[in-house]
Amino acid sequence: MIDRRKFLKKAIWFIPAAGLFRHFVKEGHAKPATEGYDPANHLYGMGIDIDKCIGCGRCVEACKTENNVPKEPFFTRTWVERYTIKKDNSVEVENIESRNGKVGDRSTESDVLRSFFVPKLCNQCEHPPCVQVCPVGATFSTEDGVVLVDSKRCIGCRYCIQACPYGARYLHPETRTADKCTFCYHRIVKGLLPACVEVCPTQARIFGDLKSMASRLVRFKRTKRIHVLKAHLNTEPKVYYGNLDGEVR
Amino acid sequence: MLEKIPEQIKRLAVVIAIIIAAVIAIRFVILPSSLVDRQFHRRSTVEREVAKNIAFAGATVCGTCHVDQMAKKSKGYHKNVSCETCHGAAQTHIENPANKPPAPRGREFCVLCHAYDPSRPTGFPQINPVVHNPLKPCMTCHSPHDPVPPEAPRECSACHAQIANIKSASPHALIGCTTCHTAPAQHKINPRRVAPTKPETREFCAKCHGKEAKQKDAPKIDFSSHGERFLCWECHYPHLPERTATKR
Amino acid sequence: MNRELIERLAEHLNEVTGFIYPNEVEIHWSILVVVYPYITGLVAGAFILASLVQVFNVKEVQPTYRLALLTALAFLIIAPLPLLLHLGHPFRSYEIFLTPQLKSAMAMFGFVYLWYLMAVLLLELWFEYRKDLVVWSNEAIFPMNWIYRTLSFFSTDISERAVAFDHKAIKIITLIGIPSAFLLHGYVGFIFGSVKANPWWSSVLMPLVFLMSAIVSGIALVVFLYMVITPLRGEGVDMRCLDRITSFLFYAVIVDFTLEGLDFIHRLYQSEESIKILSRLVTDKLFISLWVIQIFLGMLVPLGIMIAVKSLRFNAELRRLFYFASVILIQLGIFATRWNVVIGGQLFSKSFRGLTTYKMEVVGIEGLIAALGLLIAPFIILAVFLKIFPASETAEAKEAVSS
Repeated sequence: MIDRRKFLKKAIWFIPAAGLFRHFVKEGHAKPATEGYDPANHLYGMGIDIDKCIGCGRCVEACKTENNVPKEPFFTRTWVERYTIKKDNSVEVENIESRNGKVGDRSTESDVLRSFFVPKLCNQCEHPPCVQVCPVGATFSTEDGVVLVDSKRCIGCRYCIQACPYGARYLHPETRTADKCTFCYHRIVKGLLPACVEVCPTQARIFGDLKSMASRLVRFKRTKRIHVLKAHLNTEPKVYYGNLDGEVR
Repeated sequence: MLEKIPEQIKRLAVVIAIIIAAVIAIRFVILPSSLVDRQFHRRSTVEREVAKNIAFAGATVCGTCHVDQMAKKSKGYHKNVSCETCHGAAQTHIENPANKPPAPRGREFCVLCHAYDPSRPTGFPQINPVVHNPLKPCMTCHSPHDPVPPEAPRECSACHAQIANIKSASPHALIGCTTCHTAPAQHKINPRRVAPTKPETREFCAKCHGKEAKQKDAPKIDFSSHGERFLCWECHYPHLPERTATKR
Repeated sequence: MNRELIERLAEHLNEVTGFIYPNEVEIHWSILVVVYPYITGLVAGAFILASLVQVFNVKEVQPTYRLALLTALAFLIIAPLPLLLHLGHPFRSYEIFLTPQLKSAMAMFGFVYLWYLMAVLLLELWFEYRKDLVVWSNEAIFPMNWIYRTLSFFSTDISERAVAFDHKAIKIITLIGIPSAFLLHGYVGFIFGSVKANPWWSSVLMPLVFLMSAIVSGIALVVFLYMVITPLRGEGVDMRCLDRITSFLFYAVIVDFTLEGLDFIHRLYQSEESIKILSRLVTDKLFISLWVIQIFLGMLVPLGIMIAVKSLRFNAELRRLFYFASVILIQLGIFATRWNVVIGGQLFSKSFRGLTTYKMEVVGIEGLIAALGLLIAPFIILAVFLKIFPASETAEAKEAVSS
């Protein structure tokens, strides 16, 4: 039988061993994002003008190129939906993806009441349900209004994907962590536009700083009737749709 | 007092104390803050995010070297189309100009935007790629940096293809667009600024559909009683008027 | 890139009807996430049955007391495994303990689990078995005598006073244990019930429905095990005990059925926007698992059987047969309940315009075989437990029942 005294004598070695362990694991100190950039001065949002979108899919392809999103159609940070509302009130919706030569169906034109394209992406909500449910705090909102995912800490439980009402998140098949649109955070803090906004040929996507006195987004919000998706869920999205149709979910 | 505590509780208490001490020691003493400090995790995430590779350079930068193309583009219909929309991601070209970005020269690329699609907003220039100069590369007639059509579009259907398609299957098929709409010449150059007119009186439609009108095959109605004071096209869609109006 | 994943998703895409958001093609929470609430439900339910003896003084149920506790422990040990296997990064799972995000219901998993394991289940088992451990450590041979001695923390006092204290301690632990068991399984219901994005899950009743179906499945499991193990031990099944437990099971099924029925009727009556797609979900995709298995076979048939047994007089053999059939059907029904909640909630699009399918893999870390393995493992663990810590009635228990 091990005597109490012998046990304590052996246990006492545990303390310096632990101290040594701690010394070898590096403490962390982080530098600020970019020199001179203060996130507190910015609040980013996006406007989408439904009247201008031609459904060409350049935005989807540009996003995949810029952000290393897998090219397969099952994972996407942004996508474009086509709505066709017929005279009998039936609604058909389809996903345009990156529009590889597919065009609309001409055969039933006379039945159509309204038809249009709706680009979709992460809404960078002010009250994000995804941030609320992450068990380890791997997804969070930055001060400048963008929701990011810490891919080094995400455990891949997929709760955030279930909690997102907009289907904006997916599990990246290579990193096995949650991924989503970040408004091209690495571009916007350097004064560039997000890739999707950059390549949109008709300026259907309008990126801006809500805290700025003069920004295209603020003007957009002034001159259009603005809708957000699923307003009743109180997520307070920061993607503002101008002239959005009531059938859009 | 200590004798009153049952023996098993004393033993249990020791075990529990050891467990709690171990947990506290591990969590607060041994583990480094880089594992548990949430602010540190967020800052390093932002750092990693900002350090990510940039693929698209942005249209402004292109103009610093390609001055002529920028000048040409800045006046035409493609003035708001970014260079990289057609030429693809060009950051590598900025870093090493020898890496030339592709320039799409075939028909497959232009039709991504300009092929006719009924869901596209009316007024966006669209063509039917099957019949519109088949097999010829678009660049033959349209310069991509200043895409003026070789002739001003003769037909309204060049930009208003959906309306033209619908109308062509309707009773109004043989009526030209200009019969009802006056389109100033400026409309073909600056479509959103200068709009064509729409008929503003009921008398306009009465020219064909009134009781005394000469047009033989146009259905006649009594304009003094039908539709109260509203304009005809507020109920009837002129591009596809109902063929069989059920008598009520 | 995982070729197999891409092929599977391409197959899913072919089976989509209507419109779904492009990222919804992948079903994220697979059969493993169905197995987890099923297992913790069994844990909570078995513990509630055990608590009937201690807190509510239902002496007839005493013969199943130790069995219920050991069953709860065997299943609790396996419970984190389905979660670990389904994570994208299982080796990062320690982060739930280090930096839990306190607004997330899922973050409390680690703490609730550890609390329930250490402060309730293991503690109660220790007090229950301490006297026997001391006795066995004197009788057994190496190495078992050392194992018993260590497990009892080298305790030696088996006087009447000490044993009476043990029983008092058990009562207190059970009192704390009942809300702990509710929390252990109720929080899973809250995980689903609090997701406002998903109208199939989002419901105030969800934690309650989960809890009641947990109690039903837990009690049914203990009945099943009792009826299987007792003859194997060469003993006779105590019919008074069995009749009493089945009585509780009957009431639990009634409450469970009422809650689920209420949820259903409420949805249908309110008829919100999601009702169209949910109706299609329930009639197209979930027809067999919901109507046939969960409701008819899993609830109505066992209810009918138990009502028949209560009102008509059957002899002991017939009653045993009916009870056995009922508890098996109930297990199927409760598993189907979990399936309908977890998988059902992912089969329709959040755009309310389309439906997709779930093609369960057979092999693979989230496949059928893994799930079956996880469901069978607790029984193996329980068999080992029963060998080392026999659950047969102690002499005092026999006295208490007959008096």
